[in-house]
Amino acid sequence: MRLQIPIALGFLAGAFMIVQFFVPYYALQMYYEQLLDWAIIIGAFALVLGLGSLFRSHIDKIRSRHPDYIYSFVALISFAVMFFFGIFYGVNPRTTFDWIFNNIQVPLEATVFSLLAFFMASAAYRTFRARSVEATLLLVVAVIIMLGRVPITDYIKFVDIHGFSEWLMSIPATAAKRGILFGVALGIVATSLRILLGIERSHLGGGGGAGR
Amino acid sequence: MWEKLLYFDRRIIFLLIGAAVLIPFLTQWTLPHGKITATTQSLFDAIEQLPVGTPVMISFDYGPSSMPEVEPMAKALAYHILSRNLRLMAVTLVITGPQMADRAIIPVAKQLGKKYGKDWVNLGFKPGGAVLLTQMGESIKRAYPTDARNNPTIKLPVMTGVENYDDIGLVVDLASSGAPTTWIVYAHDPYRVNMAAGVTAVEAVDYYKFLQTGQLIGLLNGLKGAAEYEFLVGRKGFGKLGMASQSVAHLLIIVLVIIGNIGYFTIERHRSRRR
Repeated sequence: MRLQIPIALGFLAGAFMIVQFFVPYYALQMYYEQLLDWAIIIGAFALVLGLGSLFRSHIDKIRSRHPDYIYSFVALISFAVMFFFGIFYGVNPRTTFDWIFNNIQVPLEATVFSLLAFFMASAAYRTFRARSVEATLLLVVAVIIMLGRVPITDYIKFVDIHGFSEWLMSIPATAAKRGILFGVALGIVATSLRILLGIERSHLGGGGGAGR
Repeated sequence: MWEKLLYFDRRIIFLLIGAAVLIPFLTQWTLPHGKITATTQSLFDAIEQLPVGTPVMISFDYGPSSMPEVEPMAKALAYHILSRNLRLMAVTLVITGPQMADRAIIPVAKQLGKKYGKDWVNLGFKPGGAVLLTQMGESIKRAYPTDARNNPTIKLPVMTGVENYDDIGLVVDLASSGAPTTWIVYAHDPYRVNMAAGVTAVEAVDYYKFLQTGQLIGLLNGLKGAAEYEFLVGRKGFGKLGMASQSVAHLLIIVLVIIGNIGYFTIERHRSRRR
C-alpha cells in the first residue's frame, strides 16, 4: 500500500491535469486552480525539507570533527542571525536583514563568482591549444565570440566581427542547441509518462529505480 | 625561453587580469558604444510602443553572484519603464530576488520621483516555480495576496485592473539560469504573454532559438546588452563603465591564448627536431 497509494495519487493528479488542459469546463478549471494552490503550499514544504537537510549535514560534520567543521559553525550561526532578523524585524529595505544582505552576502557571492575570470584566464593560457582541427575550430570561434562582446571591434571596418559573432550564436550554435532540446523534450515526455503509469518509481524513495 | 614563458607563475596572470579590470574601472575610462544589437533594439522598441499606464512585469531571477552583469540591465529597464509612466511589477522565482529587485528599482524610482504601490510594486518571492507562473495566468492577486512588504495587493493602486497575464503588456525575465525557459513554457506558450529576457553572456546562446520562433521579442546579452540599453535610454550606468574593463580583459585573454599557442608549437617543433 505504501507504494500503490502514491502511484495512484500521482496517476490521478497527472491525468486530471492532462484532461483539464484539453477540456475548458468551469468545474475542472475550479479544481485546477485549487490544485495550483496546493502545489505552491507543497513547494513551501520543500524549502523546509531543504533546511532540515542542510542542518543535518552541518551538524554531522561538527559531531564527526570533520577537518572543515569550523565552516559548519559559520553556516549555522549565519543562518540563525539572518533568521532572527528576518523573522523579528522583517526583510524590507533599510532593515538589519537588508543591511546584512547588501553588505555581506552580496559582496561575498559577487567576489566568489568574479574569481572565475582569473582562473579562466590562467586555464586558457595553459590549456587552450590548437592541437587538432576540432580544438582549432573551438579556439577560433571562442576568439570571435569574445571579440564580438566588446564594442571596440565595431570600429574595424573591413570585417564585421560583431555580425559574425551574432551569426555564430544564432545559427550554428542554436542549431546544435535545438537538437539537444528536442532530445531533452522527448526524454521529459517519456519520463513523465513512466511516472504517471507507475513504471518509474525512484521519486518514491527507498532506492528503487524503474519498476520494470 | 618559451618553456619559461609557458610555465611562469600563474599569479602573474592573475595580476594582469586584475589590472586589466581595475585600471579602466578606477580611471572611469569609457568606450564609445558600438553597434546596437538587433535583439536589444527590439526590446527597447517593444517598451516604447506600450501605451502609458500599461503594467510591465520584470522577473528578477538572479542572485548576488551574477548581479554585476545583470543589475545594470535591471536599472536601465526600470528607468525606461518608469520614465515612460508605465507600471512596474517585480516578481521572482529565486529566493534572493526580492532584494535584487529593491536594489535595482529603489534608486531609479527615487531619481524619477515614482512612488511605491502607485507606480511600482515588489511582489516578492513565492515557492512553486512553474506552478506559480501557471497560477499567475489565472489570477496574479490569488498568486500574490500580499506584496513583499505585506501590503494586500488588492489595495495597491499599481495593481488596479491587473487580473492575469492578459493585462500585462510585457514580461522581461532577468536571469542567470534557465528561468526564461520556464517562463516561456509556463507563461508565454499557454497564456500568450509577450516576453523578453536579459541574461548573462554565457547563458545567452541558449535563448537565440526563442528569438527565432518569436517566443522572445528581445534579448539583452550580458554586460554589452546592458551597456547598449543604457545608451538607448540615455542613462549612465555600470554597463557602459564595465564595457571598458571587459574589453581590456577579453583582449588580454586573447593575447595570452595566442602567446600560449606560439610557445606550445615552438616547443613541439624543437622537440620533434631533437627526435
